[in-house]
Amino acid sequence: MNAVKFLVAAYIATWLIHGVYLGSLVRRFGRLRQQLNEVKKK
Amino acid sequence: MKRLFPILSILTAGLLAYATYQALAVAPTDAQQGDVYRIIYYHVPSAWTAFLLFFINFIASIQYLANRKESTKRAAKWIVIGVGGLGVLVTFLPQVQQQLVSAGMRPSALATTVLCIPAFYFLVGRLFPGQLLDVLGVTSAEVGVVFCTIVLVTGPIWARPVWGIWWAPGDIRLTSTLVLWLIYVSYLVLRRFSHSSQTQMLAAALAVFGALDVPLVYFSIWFFRTQHPQPVIGGGGSMDPRMLHVLLISWMAFLCFAFLVCWSRFRLELLHREIEEAHAMESLVGAGVAAKASLPLGRSSR
Repeated sequence: MNAVKFLVAAYIATWLIHGVYLGSLVRRFGRLRQQLNEVKKK
Repeated sequence: MKRLFPILSILTAGLLAYATYQALAVAPTDAQQGDVYRIIYYHVPSAWTAFLLFFINFIASIQYLANRKESTKRAAKWIVIGVGGLGVLVTFLPQVQQQLVSAGMRPSALATTVLCIPAFYFLVGRLFPGQLLDVLGVTSAEVGVVFCTIVLVTGPIWARPVWGIWWAPGDIRLTSTLVLWLIYVSYLVLRRFSHSSQTQMLAAALAVFGALDVPLVYFSIWFFRTQHPQPVIGGGGSMDPRMLHVLLISWMAFLCFAFLVCWSRFRLELLHREIEEAHAMESLVGAGVAAKASLPLGRSSR
């Protein structure tokens, strides 16, 4: 039973890392789109 | 293309869910380790995906460096063909074949892999001309680091209940993987914080040296005594066919996921460069107007 905790921890850690990275990509996309709009306005 | 991305995303999400279901509910339980061994279905596919992405980064970096001059481009082309041809010939030598078989590797599989290298080199060159090679390089390195991070996190979580320790200090497989991760993190730091005109070239050179660590990581368990288990495919390791089947499904799912993440990261990099170019043009136009304004009356630029 105790070993199952490690299994769950590994799976959660994997998706947490992917989630953080995907979140950073979305944030960077948003920032760049905003910059692009500003450049187009000028 | 815009419609294709959401469709592929849904398919990949379905495949990932199916792979996780297979890993947790369908694959048989390991007689020695129990259920904790199921970490393999995330740990190993992540490692293979990271290696593949670092290999793509290696090919892109070599091409980027070689394409700077027509002479080096031509030389690189013939070197790649030579390496491919020589590699295939070497695998057919009886002594080499004996050694490969004793190490648990199939000579025909190795020859095919060696042949794939020049094919992949020319494919990358054709699909990603000019600066797109650099974009591909940074994309594959960044996504590769994410997958390598997962390997370094899930590995110790698996090691703790099985080995009784989180990390085996001095173990060549573990240490070389950590070194590989550090090399590519330094590559990304260089890309992020250096704004010199030589940054892309330096990063490509660093990536070429970094990629030399990949075979060391991969083959370390073949040739050195380590705490890490033997490879699941070849190399003397063995695995239940049902487990192997689930492992391959899981790898397929992670490959599709990595492809989509790389696609997004690639588009992000293109957008970033587009904005940088727009800013550069803006400052050039601004400088031109300022220069015109500062000219004395009666003298105008042509």
